[in-house]
Amino acid sequence: MPQFDPSSFPSQLFWLLVSFSYLFFLMSRYALPRIAEVLGERQKRIDDDIEKAAQLKTQISTAAQAYEKALADARAQAQAVFRTSQEEINGQAQSRNQEVANRLAQQISAGEARIAASKDAALSQVREIAAGAAEAVVGKLTGLSLDEANLKKAVNLAIGELGQ
Amino acid sequence: MASPVHQFEVHPLVPIQIDGIDVSFTNSALFMAFAVAFSYAFLTLGMRERSLVPGRWQSMAELVYEFIAGMIRDNVGKEGARYFPFIFSLFMFVTVGNFLGMMPYSFTFTSHLVVTGALALTVFIGVTIIGFSRHGLHFLRLFFPHGAPIATAPILIPIEMISYLSRPFSLGVRLFANMTVGHIMLKVLAGFVVAFIVKLGFFGGVVTGIVPMAAVVGVTILEFGIAFLQAYVFTILSCIYLNDAINMH
Repeated sequence: MPQFDPSSFPSQLFWLLVSFSYLFFLMSRYALPRIAEVLGERQKRIDDDIEKAAQLKTQISTAAQAYEKALADARAQAQAVFRTSQEEINGQAQSRNQEVANRLAQQISAGEARIAASKDAALSQVREIAAGAAEAVVGKLTGLSLDEANLKKAVNLAIGELGQ
Repeated sequence: MASPVHQFEVHPLVPIQIDGIDVSFTNSALFMAFAVAFSYAFLTLGMRERSLVPGRWQSMAELVYEFIAGMIRDNVGKEGARYFPFIFSLFMFVTVGNFLGMMPYSFTFTSHLVVTGALALTVFIGVTIIGFSRHGLHFLRLFFPHGAPIATAPILIPIEMISYLSRPFSLGVRLFANMTVGHIMLKVLAGFVVAFIVKLGFFGGVVTGIVPMAAVVGVTILEFGIAFLQAYVFTILSCIYLNDAINMH
């Protein structure tokens, strides 16, 4: 077999050394750095894009937070406006109620005073009528004329008893 | 008919003598030069556009790069990055040499023991130097693994030493034997077709020759697989030896 013929060994070893060394030189000096550069650039690009995406994501979340905050503020403000206007309305209603109630109370007390006055007037008329009636009844029955002072006293006493 | 080993003959194309030693530029040297030229052209022409999104050719160049880079990362680790250009060159040289040998009328320089043996010995010596320079005499600890009972030392150490010293032989012989045997098998099987035609006449030879021809086709496919596989095995074993030297066991 030619593989075991030593006469070709020096030549094969020599050219192996030459070609393999040259290949190693070409690979380590030119071919591999170029590939590494392209792969590195690609990796860098990917990393950059991922980083950019992350930045955008944080921006989005801050924007969303700001939006939520604005929304919450607006809601709180609306509630405050609602509450103050409700309080105002309540206050107005209460004061008007108060006013009406006062007026009613005044009218009631005025009416009561009127009632009391006419009641007094009626009562004094009742006394006179009662005294006249009593005088007439006593005159008719007994033929006596009564002393006016005694008569009034008796009528007052009777009305006082009735009134109680 | 030519002998099946005729294809392995080295013959000078340009006779050169240095100090009385014959270093002629031979057919073997020519195919080594082809391998270097092809490897360089494949990688640099593939990468000439430096595209961010690679095309087909650039993808192939990057694929080979990533393949060897991954092999070193997995088998040697971070410290293996220094030896990446060497391992890569080794893989390219052997792979391209094996595939160039699959062309008819070409010469397979990886089918010569002196070539594969020299490559294997280079790896072996290099790895041994790396081991001693990194770990000093502690590198000898490789022959006696941690945790082994001391009583096993008289058996274990010689076994480990023999297995260590046999590495360059197994590495070189494996590649040489695979390439040689495959090419002889192809030649013998193809020779049957010719022999049948000579013995049985054209018609009989063509009819009966279908059987060895089918075998040639099958073995050719197998040989393409082996061409890659043996280059892969050669490279990954070099990585494993390198790992032993850098990280010990």
